[in-house]
Amino acid sequence: MLEAAHLTCQRGERTLFTGLSFTLSAGELLQVAGPNGSGKTSLLKLLCGLTPPLEGTISWQGALARGEDFRRNLLYIGHQNAVKEDLSALENLRIATDFAGEPLSDAQALAALARMDLAGREHLPAKVLSQGQKRRVTLARLLVSRAPLWVLDEPLTALDVRAVELIQLRLAEHLAQQGMVVLTTHQPLQVPGVTPRRIELS
Amino acid sequence: MGKLIATVIRRDLLLAYRRRADVLTTLFFFVIVVSLFPLGVGPEMKTLRLIAPGVVWVAALLASMLSLHRLFAADYQDGTLEQMLLAPQSLAAIVLGKIVAHWMVSGLPLALMAPLLGLQFDLPPAALGVLFLALLLGTPVLSLIGAIGAALTLGLRGGGVLLSLLVLPLYIPALIFGAGAVEAYVVGVSPEGHLSLLGALLIFSGLAAPWVTALALRIAME
Repeated sequence: MLEAAHLTCQRGERTLFTGLSFTLSAGELLQVAGPNGSGKTSLLKLLCGLTPPLEGTISWQGALARGEDFRRNLLYIGHQNAVKEDLSALENLRIATDFAGEPLSDAQALAALARMDLAGREHLPAKVLSQGQKRRVTLARLLVSRAPLWVLDEPLTALDVRAVELIQLRLAEHLAQQGMVVLTTHQPLQVPGVTPRRIELS
Repeated sequence: MGKLIATVIRRDLLLAYRRRADVLTTLFFFVIVVSLFPLGVGPEMKTLRLIAPGVVWVAALLASMLSLHRLFAADYQDGTLEQMLLAPQSLAAIVLGKIVAHWMVSGLPLALMAPLLGLQFDLPPAALGVLFLALLLGTPVLSLIGAIGAALTLGLRGGGVLLSLLVLPLYIPALIFGAGAVEAYVVGVSPEGHLSLLGALLIFSGLAAPWVTALALRIAME
């Protein structure tokens, strides 16, 4: 269970939100909504532990959400793709999963990329891929991750309809396996069999 | 942890290989700066022998500065650094891997080329050997200390100049003992003391720098 209590976040002189509390249980999806600049990305970074909150605490399974044990349970996909332009799609995926401590074999990585409709482009350097294809290379990690908590910042940007559908199906599958998802998106979200909970930042 | 370090080294070497031009410019810079001195100072053998160690070492410091800002900047810009910070392993180990890879493409080649460049200064063969040894021990210190500076100036505007101001003074001990080893040999004293101190510097910075750099990176990402 992910528990946030009385979070306050300040960027520079601006206070983005104060006293934000919520809990997220297994199988739940939390959608963070709000206009541009309202602190959605900042909230996700707080949850990951990339930035410390000004006030308040975040806990995971009863303990403070920090350290290597927490990070083992976390998959964060940020606004940026974390894709190296000079490496191929396959190399990018394999290195990303190596860092996450869940190494893949070439065959597993190729299968994940094929499911993301990247078959035939696995060995091209990422710089020749389109924006949407780069996003798919990043999102291929969702297909192979075993982490229970997913924190996704605008996962659906630049994706075509088919890819959006695939990601939504994968989210449903993850939630059905008692996973948890926190995400931001400006697109209408339809995850089969799940009613997303919403937090509105202003 | 060893496996993680190996993964990082392999990744950074692969990236450096795909961007060979960046690596080669640094090496050519070193070659050209060192070669300018014999041309500028003139063919006075005694003077050249005297200035050789200092010239090679200062050129090595400047060449290593050139590539330092690249150590974390690219990973910072494309979001890979966030993923490294969130990896369920020690960030210091990842940092150590990056430093080792940086040294292999920017420090090790300098040490290998230095004996050849030293010929222009009429250094005797044994002194060239000492120069090589001193650079072999000293250039990793430059990468280690430089990584701290690169992490501290990450994401700052004009970070390149600030990085030089921050890091160059910290290079002074390596410069003194590194150049001193060769100078000592040229005047007929054993370079052992200087080399031992360089080795001690390497061990100390090798133990401390990855942790300090990891800490600085976490602060830079906030």
